[in-house]
Amino acid sequence: MKEDACTEEIDRRRFLTRLIVGLGGACAAILGVPLIGFVVAPLARRAPSAWRPVGKLGDFKIGDTVSVSFDDPSPLPWAGVTARAAAWLRRVAPTEFIAFSVHCTHLGCPVRWMPGAKIFLCPCHGGVYYEDGEVASGPPPRALFRYDVRVVGEEVQIRASSIPITTAL
Amino acid sequence: MKRLLQQTWTWLDDRLGLSALIGPSLKHLVPRDAKWWYVFGSATLLAFVIQVVTGVALAFSYVPSAGQAYETLKFITDHAPFGSFVRGLHYYGASAMVLMVGAHMAQTFLFGAYKYPREMNWSTGVLLLGFTLVMGFTGQLLRWDQTAAWSVVVAAEQAGRVPLIGNWLAKFILGGTTIGGATLSRFFAIHVFIVPGLLFVFIFLHLWLVLRHGISEPPRPGQSVDPKTYRAEYHAELEKTGVPFWPDGIWRDMVFGTLLLIVIVVLAAVFGPPAIEKPPDPSLLQADPRPDWYLLWYFAVLALIPPRVEGYVMILAPILIVVVLLLAPLMGSTGERHWTRRPWCIGVVLLSVLLIGSLWIAGADSPWSPNFSAQPLSASVVGATSGPVAEGARLFHDRACLNCHLIERYGGRRGPDLTYVADRLTPNDIMIRIVNGGGNMPAFGATLKPAELNDLVAFLETRRRGAASAQLAR
Repeated sequence: MKEDACTEEIDRRRFLTRLIVGLGGACAAILGVPLIGFVVAPLARRAPSAWRPVGKLGDFKIGDTVSVSFDDPSPLPWAGVTARAAAWLRRVAPTEFIAFSVHCTHLGCPVRWMPGAKIFLCPCHGGVYYEDGEVASGPPPRALFRYDVRVVGEEVQIRASSIPITTAL
Repeated sequence: MKRLLQQTWTWLDDRLGLSALIGPSLKHLVPRDAKWWYVFGSATLLAFVIQVVTGVALAFSYVPSAGQAYETLKFITDHAPFGSFVRGLHYYGASAMVLMVGAHMAQTFLFGAYKYPREMNWSTGVLLLGFTLVMGFTGQLLRWDQTAAWSVVVAAEQAGRVPLIGNWLAKFILGGTTIGGATLSRFFAIHVFIVPGLLFVFIFLHLWLVLRHGISEPPRPGQSVDPKTYRAEYHAELEKTGVPFWPDGIWRDMVFGTLLLIVIVVLAAVFGPPAIEKPPDPSLLQADPRPDWYLLWYFAVLALIPPRVEGYVMILAPILIVVVLLLAPLMGSTGERHWTRRPWCIGVVLLSVLLIGSLWIAGADSPWSPNFSAQPLSASVVGATSGPVAEGARLFHDRACLNCHLIERYGGRRGPDLTYVADRLTPNDIMIRIVNGGGNMPAFGATLKPAELNDLVAFLETRRRGAASAQLAR
């Protein structure tokens, strides 16, 4: 009789232990799923893109490469100056432009156009690109990324999109 | 009055149980000869406490909004009473924490204090080192100036190299697909809540392990760690010769901690906090992002590893280092502890210091970066004021050669020093190098006119020992 009571007590405690662990797990899941979902939400968002004006046709001389700035494709209201983005824009024909990303394909630092030498230089780890964006020397694994450009009437527009991430090893 | 205070304390202690809670920890016995080598752990803890209190103070004025953080930091630095000083304390406190955690780790390793039964003391310490470096990096980002914004991009680009999930990681770091409103907020949450929370948990665990296993006794040559007998021998020795941690052990920690605090205060008062650069506007391209000093060595690694293996090194090396450090105790948890019986351990520490030190110097110097502030060469350097040589010198500046090459002490150091280039290369060789490039040198054949090329070669031909001064004298 006493042994039965003891076994019953053990079963009861085992049940209670499982109940505690189960309820703890459930509580963690109830809180954890939405919290993790909230924090990792940017991963699920599709990369936005938007056409942004960068100047009038007459602002750009054929053959010149200049920096242009524009708003990123989905600025948040409190982003302030961080909503800005830039590109190196070259007018190659009356209505034809090339826009290079300013991000070095090595680690994303802002490359600078050296007009006299017609090269892009990276300040961080010494990457160099020719004027067509191809790698000239240094550690960059690929050519500079490019943005789409279009001319609408007299306005030059760049399709603003994500910061290009080099994903190749 | 004294009696009233005594009665109040007795009442409070009875109800709160403070003496019962803290007393045994404070009075626990420590090895008598655990002296000045043992102060680095408590110094790290003190630096962490300084970080917590100065960080909380800064949070009273800092607004973690991408659009306002820069202005609030300017306000804290330039207008808030003691703002610059508190920022300085936070910066030098961070530096002290990194240095002390490194010294603590080296001492633990050299003393073999990671061996049985303290393997987990070491492993939790390794995690604390990692969290400290994460705090250092994210703290620099909260400065939210131009360097901070570009550093986030660099971090995202590195994460992007991770196979399969790289793009996701990059998005997670950026808080989207670009730098923007969501970027700073997440680094604020990481720097102020998540990593400090982890630090509190693991510091508590680390301290608990120190109490559980006791402070390791200074090693003696020939005294080997045998798991079967170690604990009994340790406690027997402690009973015989140990001294209470309070006050016999802790006074040295207090003295060293006070000195450390004084150094931090003096540095903050004399040198102030790191300067706040231009605003975090990604469209300002005159940027030269560099990490704070404690990560400069890694900045150098990223510039110096061969591009072909860079991606693998970037991803695998940190993982390998963490795994090796975490598992280090398991590779030798028994046997001799004294460094004279483990000479390789001195080699490992020296090699680590030399490696990180050399990379640090290289990172601070960063000769691989072009010198964007190179000015045109003066007539005294060129040795001519007109003609092909002077024209070549002008082109040497205008065509960005000077950004990467030194002429005497002027210019960049990305490429070879050309001060005496004519001593080692013929005009033909020079011309071929300029036209075709080679090695780390871009080819300029497509962008230079023949006359310009001739002028450049004419200038470089004069770059031989004694030539410039002779020409100028003429």
